[in-house]
Amino acid sequence: MRAAGDLVARMQITRGMRIGEAKAYVAERLGVSPSDLSDPLAMEDVRRDQQLGRITTFEMSYASESSAMESKFRIAELLDLRVNCVERFAQHAGVARAMTAVDSWA
Amino acid sequence: MEISYPTRDGDGSLVRMTRSQLRSELEDGTQAAAARAKVPPLATDELDHLLDIWASPARFSSVDIGDEVVLTYDGSGSKTVGTRTQDLLISEQMLGADSVELAHVDYSFKAVKTILPHEAQNMKDAQLVLTAPVMYGAMPNLGLYSQPDGPVPNWSELLPLTKIDEARAAQEEAIEHAVKDMVAVADAMWEAGADGIDFDTAGAAGDADLLATLLAVEKIRAAHPDMGIEVGMAGEFVLGVHGQLEYDGVRLAGLWPREQMALVRRAGATIFGPAVNVNTRKSGAWNIARALTLVKPCMDVAEVPVHMNVGMGVGGVPMSSHLPLDAVSRASRACVDILQLDGL
Repeated sequence: MRAAGDLVARMQITRGMRIGEAKAYVAERLGVSPSDLSDPLAMEDVRRDQQLGRITTFEMSYASESSAMESKFRIAELLDLRVNCVERFAQHAGVARAMTAVDSWA
Repeated sequence: MEISYPTRDGDGSLVRMTRSQLRSELEDGTQAAAARAKVPPLATDELDHLLDIWASPARFSSVDIGDEVVLTYDGSGSKTVGTRTQDLLISEQMLGADSVELAHVDYSFKAVKTILPHEAQNMKDAQLVLTAPVMYGAMPNLGLYSQPDGPVPNWSELLPLTKIDEARAAQEEAIEHAVKDMVAVADAMWEAGADGIDFDTAGAAGDADLLATLLAVEKIRAAHPDMGIEVGMAGEFVLGVHGQLEYDGVRLAGLWPREQMALVRRAGATIFGPAVNVNTRKSGAWNIARALTLVKPCMDVAEVPVHMNVGMGVGGVPMSSHLPLDAVSRASRACVDILQLDGL
């Protein structure tokens, strides 16, 4: 999460994308170059602007920004990816957005 | 007189070798693997690159900027510092893990099945506070289904008595129990919000162990099309403890990584993790050359990400409890540079 490793990992875990394909996909969705994906400085701005969650420390906290589950909603939308816990959370919380997606899972 | 460099043996001992000695070790390692598995040895330029990595006094070695890969894990966190969720957060926030894996210290599907609701609650709670993908992992560990730990006769005791038919029947019965447990755990984890499931050390008890894993993966894939499924192997060669088991018409006994990967893919996994065990009586250089030679045939035909197991006693990393950074970083870099892996 210092850069975009978690996003690339999601494309591998869920869609079985090879590393080159996963990097290209994530880069295209984020509007950056693949080389930016491993640059923590470049990704700091992207993660902040896109609300994708960041590393927090005692000195650098972002209570007014998205984090954790909130960020995963953003990640799912940005990557056009069905994130299981996002769908479950939306269903359990009664958020209509993801209801049909979960209902379709037997 | 040649300069000597600090390097590690397979047991982690720090020794010194000259460039010539390291080159000799690398060539012996790749030739040993090529002869055993009947695969091509590493090319000269690949051995040259490995030599450049190994013949160095640097404490740490790494890939070039831009060639980074992602990591999946068998368990995340120490399980002694805090709660398991805190450990996962440490992995994500402080260690920068690309993914994390919730796991129980009794790291077997048979054991986890008995506390499944608790594990599922842990998964749900962890997903609320983590941003990185959270997998759930355990081992098929087919041996646990044999007596005295499990219900079926112990085939390890039957085989020395030449009760071959009885031993095979026991393994086949164990497979049924194992598949049920693995599918039950996967179902519960998916319901709890998991991003994926990891079958670690598949094939550890031989061909029956691998078959149980493949059958479970097949069922899980059919039930949950979007679930991430990682299958990490126990070793480079599938032992024919049963000897006659097949998956999709392919006999499992005797499979090397390339053939293992094909079946894992066919069953429905999204990530394949080959494993090559370390010979502690050989040098680190010998071991890495051997490991890369055995896994390289996978990469030409890989259709899913290949996350080679690189850790304690596998993938060229010494078999020791506290892994030296120089050894781990060299092995990791070698795997990515030479194999063009998708991850570790």
